[in-house]
Amino acid sequence: MNILYDERVDGALPAVDQTALLHALRDALPDLEILYRQEDLKPYECDGLSAYRTVPLLVALPERLEQVQALLRLCHQRGVPVVARGAGTGLSGGALPLAKGILLVMARFKRILEVNPQGRFARVQPGVRNLAISQAAAPHGLYYAPDPSSQIACSIGGNVAENAGGVHCLKYGLTVHNLLKVDILTIEGERLTLGSDALDSPGFDLLALFTGSEGMLGIITEVTVRLLPKPQVARVLLASFDSVEDAGRAVAEIIAAGIIPGGLEMMDNLAIRAAEDFIHAGYPVHAAAILLCELDGVEADVHDDCARVAELLAQAGASDVRLACDEAERMRFWAGRKNAFPAVGRMSPDYYCMDGTIPRRELPRVLKGISDLSTHYGLRVANVFHAGDGNMHPLILFDANLPGELERAEALGGKILELCVAVGGSITGEHGVGREKINQMCAQFNSDEITLFHAVKAAFDPQGLLNPGKNIPTLHRCAEFGAMHVHHGQLPFPDLERF
Amino acid sequence: MSMDRDISQALLEQVNQALHQGTPLRIQGGNSKAMLGNPLAGELLDTRSHRGIVSYDPTELVLTARAGTPLREIEAALHEAGQMLPCEPPHLGHEATLGGMVAAGLSGPRRPWAGSVRDYVLGTRVITGHGKLLRFGGEVMKNVAGYDVSRLMAGSFGCLGLLTEVSLKVLPRPRQCLSLRLPMGRHQALAELAEWGQQPLPISAACHDGDALYLRLEGGEGSVQSAARRLGGEVLDGGFWRDLREQRLAFFDDPAPLWRLSVPVATGDLDLPGQQLLDWAGAQRWLKSTAAPGDIRHDIDKVGGHATLYTPGPASSPPLPDALMRYHRALKQQLDPQGVFNPGRLYPDL
Repeated sequence: MNILYDERVDGALPAVDQTALLHALRDALPDLEILYRQEDLKPYECDGLSAYRTVPLLVALPERLEQVQALLRLCHQRGVPVVARGAGTGLSGGALPLAKGILLVMARFKRILEVNPQGRFARVQPGVRNLAISQAAAPHGLYYAPDPSSQIACSIGGNVAENAGGVHCLKYGLTVHNLLKVDILTIEGERLTLGSDALDSPGFDLLALFTGSEGMLGIITEVTVRLLPKPQVARVLLASFDSVEDAGRAVAEIIAAGIIPGGLEMMDNLAIRAAEDFIHAGYPVHAAAILLCELDGVEADVHDDCARVAELLAQAGASDVRLACDEAERMRFWAGRKNAFPAVGRMSPDYYCMDGTIPRRELPRVLKGISDLSTHYGLRVANVFHAGDGNMHPLILFDANLPGELERAEALGGKILELCVAVGGSITGEHGVGREKINQMCAQFNSDEITLFHAVKAAFDPQGLLNPGKNIPTLHRCAEFGAMHVHHGQLPFPDLERF
Repeated sequence: MSMDRDISQALLEQVNQALHQGTPLRIQGGNSKAMLGNPLAGELLDTRSHRGIVSYDPTELVLTARAGTPLREIEAALHEAGQMLPCEPPHLGHEATLGGMVAAGLSGPRRPWAGSVRDYVLGTRVITGHGKLLRFGGEVMKNVAGYDVSRLMAGSFGCLGLLTEVSLKVLPRPRQCLSLRLPMGRHQALAELAEWGQQPLPISAACHDGDALYLRLEGGEGSVQSAARRLGGEVLDGGFWRDLREQRLAFFDDPAPLWRLSVPVATGDLDLPGQQLLDWAGAQRWLKSTAAPGDIRHDIDKVGGHATLYTPGPASSPPLPDALMRYHRALKQQLDPQGVFNPGRLYPDL
C-alpha cells in the first residue's frame, strides 16, 4: 500500500509533540473543542475513501472564524501540518488525516448567511450542505445547479475544494462556474476575498485557482454561490441499447443536433442490473447499455426537444425509448442512476470508484480496454458514465477481506486511469486527486508541470503545511511509483496493444 | 494556401533568450486590446505566426487552436458547424487573436447567462518563466487533476506566462434568436430585469442606452415566441449586439474617458457624473465621464463593484487590497521569477 503518507518519498514532516501542541492550543483558544483521545480521534481516520485510514494527531472543531484564524497562526508558527475536512464525503482521500497533523473540521460552520433572490446569490458558511442551499432558495423559484450524488451530505466548502460536479455539468457547469466569491484564510491566518459580488474581479483569477485546489492553498471560510431560476419543466427519456457503441453514437448525434441535455447518463449492463435490483426503477435488465437523457427548460422547447431526441435515439439503434410519463417515474429513472454506487455496493463486499474523463469519441475503445483489464485482473467492473461530458465512473468490485484483492483493485484502477490519460483524458473529472490518485498524477503530468504546481503552492504556503501530500506528488514519488509517463498523445505502454 | 504554422519552438527560444538576458517581453497578438492596462516597454514577442486550429470536433464541443489564430477564423469555423463561443468575446479590432481573447478575458453581452471566457477554457499550453512549454488542463469538459492553471491564465494579461495554445468548450448556436427594443427609463429597466432574472425566461442579452431597453431572446422556437409575446416591444436587428460588443454604438464616440463598471447583479440605478450605457442586465455599465478617477472608484466600491479605465492612462486597473496584492506578487514571483512576461501591464510590480 503506497497510498498512505510516506515521509521517505512524500517529504519529511516536522515532529510534533501531541501534548505540547494540545497545551499550546488550549492556552491560545480555551473555548475551542479539541479531540485528542485515541477513541475520539478514531471516527475521523478517513473520509469517503474508507480503504485508507490514518488517525490524526488532533481534531479541532472550531465554531468561529477567529478560532480558525488563531489556530492557523499557531500552526504556521510551530510548523504543524493542517488537513481541512468538511462533511468527509470526498471519494479521493482529500481529507485523509496525517499522523503528524491537525485535522481541522469545518462542519460546524453551517449557517446560511443570506439568500438574495434579486441578486440571485446565496452566501453561506462552508459547512452548509449542498442540497440545503437549493432548499433555502426554493421558495424563490431558484436553485444551486451543481448536484454531486452526495448532495444531501456533502458540504459546499468541500465542493469548492474539489470543484465538485454532478449529473448536470454539461449544461450548468461545475462548481467553478457557479461561484461568485470565496473567503479564505491563508496558512498565515490572512483573510482574503477571492472573486466579488460582481461577475468578475480585478487581478488574477484566484477564485478559479482555488476552486479544486483540495485544501492546499487556503482554508475556505465563506462561499457565495450563484442561484439560477428553476427550469419550468424537466423530462427524462430512457433508451435501451444492444451495444455500448450504439449508445455512445447516440450521445454524439444528440449533441450534433444542437441539443444540450440537462443530464445525459449512461450505464452498462452490470450497473443496470445492480440498480434495478436495488431500486426497481424499471430499467431493462437485458440491455447492454441504457441512456438517461433529461431535457429541461421552458415547456414548449422541452416538448420539441423530447421529440427530436426520441427520433435520434431510435435512429442510433435504440431498441426501446421511453419518456417518463410523470414526475414520479422521472424521479424513479433518476433514483436508479443516483443510487448506482450503493447498488453496486450490494453486489460485492467492497467497490472502488474511478473518476476518469475521456473525449467521448474514445468511449468504445476505453470500455473495451476496461473489459480486457477486468478479465486480466479477475475483478468485475460496472460502468456508470456522465456521457454528456465524458466523465466515467468505472466501479471495481472486490473483497478487501480476500488477501491481495484490494491491491489488485488498486492496480486495475490505476491502469484504467492511465488508459484515460492515454486517449487524451484525465485521471479525475470531479472527485479530485487527493491521496487516491497521487501516483497517477505522474502519468498525466511531466516533471516540469509538477514542478510548476509546486511553485503555485509555494506562493500561498511556502512551508507546505496545508494538506501535505495531497493533489500534487513529489518528484521523488513519481520516480518511485509513478506510472510510465504518457505525453503528447504518444501511447507508449504495452497494455494498449491488446485493446 | 494555409497560413497555419506551429512556431512554438521559436517562441520558446525567444522566451529562453529573454530569460537568459533578463530582458522583459511585450507579448502581442493583434494588439486590439492595447488600451487596457499600462503601456509596456520590452522586446516585442509577436504570437501571430503561431496560428491555426489544431483540432475541432463539433460533437465533442471542444476546439483547440494556437494562440495567434485570428478570432474571426475560429468564429467562422464554429459558425460553419452551427456552433459558437458562448462568451461572445469582444474583438475590438480586426486582428484580434485567440491568445488575446483569453489573456484579456473580456466577455460579451451573453456573459451573465452563459458565462465568461475563463468558464470556457478547458486547457492551455503555456511557456513558463522557467523556460518550459507545458500543458495544463486538456480537451475534456471535466478535469480536476492538479491546480487549474489554465483558468488562472484567463484575464492575466500575459503576466504569468505565454499562452501558445488553448482548448475551449463551445456550444451549439440557439435555434431561435430574436431581439427587441422596449422604450423605458433606466430605473424601470433595472427593476424589470431584477424581476425577470428570477424567472426562466430565455433572455441572453440586456442593454439600456438611456432611452430604451434592448433584449435578446435565444432558445427554442416555443420559448422565444412566447417570451416575445409577453415582453412586447419592437423587433430589433440582431446586429445591435455586435455593435454593443465592439463598442461601435454612438455612445462610445464621446471623447470623455471610458470606464467599465462591474457591479453586483440587481444593483439599482447609479447616479454618476457623465453618460451611462448598461450591458449585462446592469452588471456591466459603461461610463463616459471626466470626473476624477478616485471619485468614480469610490462610488463603485460602495456598491461592491469595481471600475476599470478603458482609455489609455496610468492606474487603469482597479486597486487591490494590500493582502491580496501580496499574494499576487508571490504568485508572479513563483511563476515568472525574472519578471519577463508583460511586467507592469496590470499593476506596476506584477
